[in-house]
Amino acid sequence: MYKIGVIGDRESVQGFAALGLTTFAVSNPEEANAVLKSPEALEYAVLYITEQLAAQCEQAIELHRQNRTPAVILIPGKDGSLGIGLSNVGKRVEKAVGSNILGD
Amino acid sequence: MARLNVNPTRQELTRLKKRLKTSQRGHKLLKDKRDELMKQFLDLVRKNRALRESVERKLMQAHGSFVLAAASMSDESLAEALMCPRQTVAVDVEVKNIMSVNVPVFQFTTSGDSSDIYPYGFGFTSGELDNAVWSLGDVLTELLELAQMEKSAELMSDEIEKTRRRVNALEYATIPNLQETIRYITMKLEENERGNTTRLMKVKDMMIAEKIEAAEKAKEARA
Repeated sequence: MYKIGVIGDRESVQGFAALGLTTFAVSNPEEANAVLKSPEALEYAVLYITEQLAAQCEQAIELHRQNRTPAVILIPGKDGSLGIGLSNVGKRVEKAVGSNILGD
Repeated sequence: MARLNVNPTRQELTRLKKRLKTSQRGHKLLKDKRDELMKQFLDLVRKNRALRESVERKLMQAHGSFVLAAASMSDESLAEALMCPRQTVAVDVEVKNIMSVNVPVFQFTTSGDSSDIYPYGFGFTSGELDNAVWSLGDVLTELLELAQMEKSAELMSDEIEKTRRRVNALEYATIPNLQETIRYITMKLEENERGNTTRLMKVKDMMIAEKIEAAEKAKEARA
């Protein structure tokens, strides 16, 4: 059985704790990096990370990109969405097709 | 197109013809794979986009409710209320094969009573917190579905890129090269064959000329 984790600042992740997800309340990108790179990360099927943090630890996220688990998924933090998640969808289309044919 | 560096022999020709056949077959198969993957990928990615937009909207609402809840409670009591979760979520990962891309399927199970997800007594917390936790619990299913979709899309886009490169390499490099080399060897062999025939004809002419000369000499000697 795998677990589900949420990485983000305290205000953004505290709600998820109530639902029974594992939360990593971090205050700076280095701590998020450490979580993503730690061997424990492999015990998680899904790791949600706030876009604000994800923007600053792309390298660590890249580590997990080609593996089936954990799936590192961006979610908007408490300060709102930066649009990185949506633009990643477009980027994937661009990579597969050669140009973004969904029109954005 | 560059011709391969091989000796123009019959053996080489048979070998190359076999390779050409394999390449053409591989090209056709890979092209079919690419087309089917592309079709499924585009379907998936359209759904993915819609789902992401809805999840982000709902999450922002949940965050908003948490801000409201935090405003009506002290920081400590809020943290305390959320500290010990009532339910735990665990995920089982199965593997689904889409055109030889192994994508994960997340089956999640929540333990605990799903009708009562609030991990706190109602006495010391505000109603806003109930709202906040409820709205977050509401997006959880969609959030998990999103994770599965995004991972699948990611893995598929990698595979499509790889397949596309292979198809193009076969179509624009390997197959033309082989064809060019086969043509070269065929021509070379034909040229050798023609050279051989002319040489034989020449030798035959020389032999006939010799015979005629010998016959004439014999006639002269008799005369």
